[in-house]
Amino acid sequence: MRTILTAQNISKQYRLGLVGTGSLKHDLNRWWHMIKGKEDPYLKMGATNYRDKKAVEDYVWALKDINFEVKEGEVLGLIGQNGAGKSTLLKILSRVTSPTTGNIKTRGRIASLLEVGTGFHGELTGRENIYMNGAVLGMTKAEINRKLDEIIDFSGCEMYIDTPIKRYSSGMTVRLGFAVAAHLEPEILVVDEVLAVGDAEFQKKAIGKMQDLSHGQGRTVLFVSHNMASIQSLCTRTIVMDKGVINFKGDTNDAINFYLNNKNSFITKNFQDRQDREGNGKLEFIDYSITDHRNNRLTSLISGQKVIFKFKCRVKRKNLENLKVSFTVYKKNGELLATFMSQLTNESFSLNDSDEIIFGCVIEKLPFMGGEYNCSVIVWENENIADWLQNAFNIEVIDGDFFGTGKTVPKSHVSVLVSHHWYLPSNF
Amino acid sequence: MTENEEGWLYEISPKRKLIDLNFGEIWRYRDLLMLFVKRNIITVYKQTILGPLWYFIQPIFTAITFTLVFNKIANIPTGEIPPFLFNLTGITAWNYFAQCLTGTSNTFKSNAGIFGKVYFPRVIMPISNVITNLFKFGIQIGILLFAYFYILWTGIEIKPNINLLLFPVYIVMMALMGLGLGMIISAFTTKYRDLSILVGFATSLLIYISAVPYPLAEVEKEMPEYAWIVQYNPLTHIIEGFRYMILDTGIFTWGSFFYTLAISLILFFAGLITFNRTEKNFIDTV
Repeated sequence: MRTILTAQNISKQYRLGLVGTGSLKHDLNRWWHMIKGKEDPYLKMGATNYRDKKAVEDYVWALKDINFEVKEGEVLGLIGQNGAGKSTLLKILSRVTSPTTGNIKTRGRIASLLEVGTGFHGELTGRENIYMNGAVLGMTKAEINRKLDEIIDFSGCEMYIDTPIKRYSSGMTVRLGFAVAAHLEPEILVVDEVLAVGDAEFQKKAIGKMQDLSHGQGRTVLFVSHNMASIQSLCTRTIVMDKGVINFKGDTNDAINFYLNNKNSFITKNFQDRQDREGNGKLEFIDYSITDHRNNRLTSLISGQKVIFKFKCRVKRKNLENLKVSFTVYKKNGELLATFMSQLTNESFSLNDSDEIIFGCVIEKLPFMGGEYNCSVIVWENENIADWLQNAFNIEVIDGDFFGTGKTVPKSHVSVLVSHHWYLPSNF
Repeated sequence: MTENEEGWLYEISPKRKLIDLNFGEIWRYRDLLMLFVKRNIITVYKQTILGPLWYFIQPIFTAITFTLVFNKIANIPTGEIPPFLFNLTGITAWNYFAQCLTGTSNTFKSNAGIFGKVYFPRVIMPISNVITNLFKFGIQIGILLFAYFYILWTGIEIKPNINLLLFPVYIVMMALMGLGLGMIISAFTTKYRDLSILVGFATSLLIYISAVPYPLAEVEKEMPEYAWIVQYNPLTHIIEGFRYMILDTGIFTWGSFFYTLAISLILFFAGLITFNRTEKNFIDTV
């Protein structure tokens, strides 16, 4: 497949602080350097984009030396934490702003979808806004005429199509906007998180349309999202960005793992520092880890992933028998969600003279929805609680492709995911 | 790799040419241009009772006020021409320029939302503004004609001039000047908001040094030491020339005509250059 777009050494510099105060001075200085034929003095400056650190320089690099290629028909995902530079990159690709250095070459028209319903005007009717929005996104009137019925149908707003859109609900406005965008026919489509809007039914429709665009029509798509499930189901290749640089390029699943594992997760108190323990103290939890089946440490988990929770205990008394262990998962509101107990699985352990023991709990398919959860952990020795840590650690779960179908369950419908399948039984 | 080096549709880079007007691209977006014009026209007076009547009310009332203040109280003579018609002619021309100017000078600020999300040739916006104003200007010319024929009908001798053939040139000059000046201002307002405040009151003051409520001859007679301010102002010659061709009154020289034409072209190209330099990155500063 031929390369349809290449980006070489893309960097983007922003000025920190208030634009206006002192910018005249900098402008004059820059202009003076230009007259003397020298290089822009402010291009040499610029800090890396650490948002949480105190700013030490006036300029910051939102993007620094970004290089990538996109092949024709490829769906390229772009993930990264807030402030990684994803949106800046999309802005440059959509020609909303230009890079400070570097260049991007493309063989096809790029249509960008940084927002749905760009150019909508409240006073205009739905129909008029379809024309308006379509034209803003680069369609000609003839193209829109040809697709008008399809667009109206897709939006599901037929009844209101001749009503000014200021009377629309926000959901309807979004539907209309997406309907127009979905019928664009550029060679390259740049999409930013637009799927995060609308209700579940509409999201499904939107994802379906995106899949259709990429797989069915072979369109090249650049897709930015925080939703790992849609990245997983749509993208063939994914780029991970952090602090303005590309950290990982490659296969989507590897990229997601890389991203989740390199994310700084929130810090809970170290097990060793905990004083508020309950139990007889024959064993004490000193650490925990969460890994995947290849023993890679995970800091964020994905629904449907195989995970292993490991708990390390210091042994205070030798030759313990009949050890059982459990951990319990609570929702953030304190509601109990699930318990994993070795009593239930009829597994108990014993140890001789080692002074440490590690318990592992395998969960074949993590059944939790995306969100943050809190866990407590208990170890028993001969039916007595040896150590009990409440509020022991937090886990962060990202919505993933639990069912292997690319579909996610709306949050309002479930709190845990259960593997299942449907069939037609021959007898009742 | 050699085949890969060719066939690039376009390149996104920080380099910029002095004037980077891609006419092919503007032509491709012509539907968008017309939609913006349509939007500008139909949305302004939505949910108003008088609707498009507002297009009539503003120039008529301004002309009446000017007539009362400058001609009845201040006794500025307008020769054979009834003061109301004299003022209405000047105001009609002035309005077109002023609206092109203020509309264009807000281009970046008022469209930051849409410019920040999607690319299309930015120059579409000022052009659509000029075309929208042309439409309003057409309506106001209608009122002028109505007043003109009414006054003819009352028996007062007024007649146009052979210069009426230059009518389209005057419109183009006004548009170029409003567009050029507006684009310069719009480019600078992205960084320095001071200018947008300046434009607001400057246009309302500019009307007084552009010979709108008085004939140029009058200022030359009454205030010869300051007349140069008015004489060097290219807008004066547009207003005077406009009245000259329609009412056959005032001063017209080919020298001043070409002077004005030259200034409009210079302003237009200067505007285009500054606009071009700004459009690529303005979203970072606006």
